[in-house]
Amino acid sequence: MLKKLSIAALAALSFSAGGAMAAGGAGHVEDIDFSFEGPFGKFDQNQLQRGLQVYTEVCSACHGLKYVPLRTLADEGGPHLPEDQVRAYAAQFDIFDPELDDDRPRAPTDHFPESGLAEAPDLSLMAKARAGFHGPQGTGINQLVKGMGGAEYIYSLLTGYTGEEKEEAGTTFYENTAFPGGWIAMAPPLYGEDVEYADGHSNSLHHVAEDTAAFLMWTAEPKMMARQRAGLTAVLFLSLLSVLLYLTNKKLWAPIKGKKLNL
Amino acid sequence: MSGIPHDHYEPKTKGEKWVESRLPIIGLLYNTLMIPTPKNLNWWWIWGIVLAFCLVLQIVTGIVLVMHYTPHVDLAFASVEHIMRNVNGGHMIRYIHMNGASLFFFAVYIHIFRGLYYGSYKAPREITWIVGMIIYLLMMAAGFMGYVLPWGQMSFWGATVITGLFGAIPFIGEAIQTWLLGGPAVDNATLNRFFSLHYLVPFVIAALVVVHIWAFHTTGNNNPTGVDVRKGSKEEVKKDTLPFWPYFVIKDLVGLAIVLTIFFAIVGFMPNYLGHPDNYLEANPLATPAHIVPEWYFLPFYAILRAFTADVWVVMGASWITGGIIDAKFFGVLAMFGAIIAMALVPWLDTSRVRSGRYRPMFKWWYALLVVDFIVLMWAGAMPAEPPYSTISLIGATYWFAYFFVILPILGVIEKPTTPPATIEEDFNAHYGKPAE
Repeated sequence: MLKKLSIAALAALSFSAGGAMAAGGAGHVEDIDFSFEGPFGKFDQNQLQRGLQVYTEVCSACHGLKYVPLRTLADEGGPHLPEDQVRAYAAQFDIFDPELDDDRPRAPTDHFPESGLAEAPDLSLMAKARAGFHGPQGTGINQLVKGMGGAEYIYSLLTGYTGEEKEEAGTTFYENTAFPGGWIAMAPPLYGEDVEYADGHSNSLHHVAEDTAAFLMWTAEPKMMARQRAGLTAVLFLSLLSVLLYLTNKKLWAPIKGKKLNL
Repeated sequence: MSGIPHDHYEPKTKGEKWVESRLPIIGLLYNTLMIPTPKNLNWWWIWGIVLAFCLVLQIVTGIVLVMHYTPHVDLAFASVEHIMRNVNGGHMIRYIHMNGASLFFFAVYIHIFRGLYYGSYKAPREITWIVGMIIYLLMMAAGFMGYVLPWGQMSFWGATVITGLFGAIPFIGEAIQTWLLGGPAVDNATLNRFFSLHYLVPFVIAALVVVHIWAFHTTGNNNPTGVDVRKGSKEEVKKDTLPFWPYFVIKDLVGLAIVLTIFFAIVGFMPNYLGHPDNYLEANPLATPAHIVPEWYFLPFYAILRAFTADVWVVMGASWITGGIIDAKFFGVLAMFGAIIAMALVPWLDTSRVRSGRYRPMFKWWYALLVVDFIVLMWAGAMPAEPPYSTISLIGATYWFAYFFVILPILGVIEKPTTPPATIEEDFNAHYGKPAE
């Protein structure tokens, strides 16, 4: 009986954990098959570079990425830009240097600029601060294969505008099917064909939103690929260790249990 | 150290004798490691090792994290991101520490419920049980304070809600709350003292773990039958037990390796599964999150805390009798701590003379219901405080108290237990047959 109970307990633990997270979500989140989902998922470098372009040309007008060091754009598990491109990219943003007592162009060792607009939240961690998936039955177990759904939330938000507007206390709100509460203060940032991709990739709203979401997933979890590799190595070695220990244990106990052992 | 007769360490070489006559440390280690252990222990007994491993894991990863963390309201959140992005392997160390806390509590709950089923708390192991309960309380303190350190939204608001509980104590509550926080609200002073205490508590736990082990090495381990090891002679002891090394060390390591395989799958593939997304937003005293939910391991007691609202008749009664001194909020706080105290008192609440639940036909069902109750409370704790969840929490909380204060005392009197085997050897041989001579 204890065995059955323990299985029930395991199931319930994960159940309640999912429940705890379910408390946050509200709006409709579209499921996208991103390349980085699941234990073997990988970031698509081209997609991250496209997302960086959308971020730079559109999002960064208001939003910032203050926790992201610019040099990480060259990281292998990220957009993997060449060093000189990173340097050139960084130099387009100025930063106040207290030593010079003046502004200077940013170096790769500096971070992305902060949000330019006070009301616009910083986007560094947004893809982890929103969870899109809680299923099945609120357990959140499908996060193992689908990820948290933060990128999907961002995609759904960017494409979820209905076109309806309303004005309250001097602020315009826009109806959005993904945003909790349904009305968001951010005007629709993307309409499709907002950017011209150098690699000729389609720039329809759907694609641009997807690329942005993927890029923001990377800014939130830049070490994801390294982590999954480490996890896989650990799981493989520990499985092997488990088997070896199990056999050792079996052999050790065999005479005590009066069993003959054919190993 | 052990009350069970067994072969003690005898220093043989000149060097060993020299050390042993000055500091009997080799003997202490030998006797600890070779302790006679009931040979019929089942797989529910591996969680002690898992817990010991967790403590070491948390201390080691924690010490490394401290090297890169800054306990200041303006810098804490950024320093955690620094660990995640710039420190070599920092993201792994932090995710291990974060999920290590969950593994720690998962293991402790199984460990506690194993004790509750097999009657490990009963005489003569009351002190082992009480020390264990103190360790569990300290774990909760450490877990709570640790969750505040990243200074995310849930850190801040969780700290505000939980320290607010102390504010519910009549007359002196507000003074206590201010004293705990180091000011009128959760702020830099709070973060600093939580950091200091979060670093201290694990070492207190480590010391108590030594006491915990010392206590049950004196009484000997309980076992699935609850039958005592025969202590007449070393020969009798040998029939019932095996030395901890190598038999149980290897067995425990099998369990630990399997548990760690699953643990690292979670760390590697879904490290934020057990966390809350809101904690990736920096703490903002001006924006309250829609739902403030504690970590999963606090949820059952959080549900009990919230179950006793002002419209429950017990609460109304208590309020009327005390002239309003005990209001709904304070009642909830008392209930939450009472739920843990009830567990700590179980050695004196269980009146049955049979130790193991295996031989208690009625107890089994009430115990199963308690496990279900714990899980339901955990689920209800994650839900918003509104019907039907509040009613479910109330029923769950009521059963929790009923189990300890009503059912266990009565069961011991009315239940007819079945007969446990006379010896551990008998139980073991019933499973595996007589050992080959």
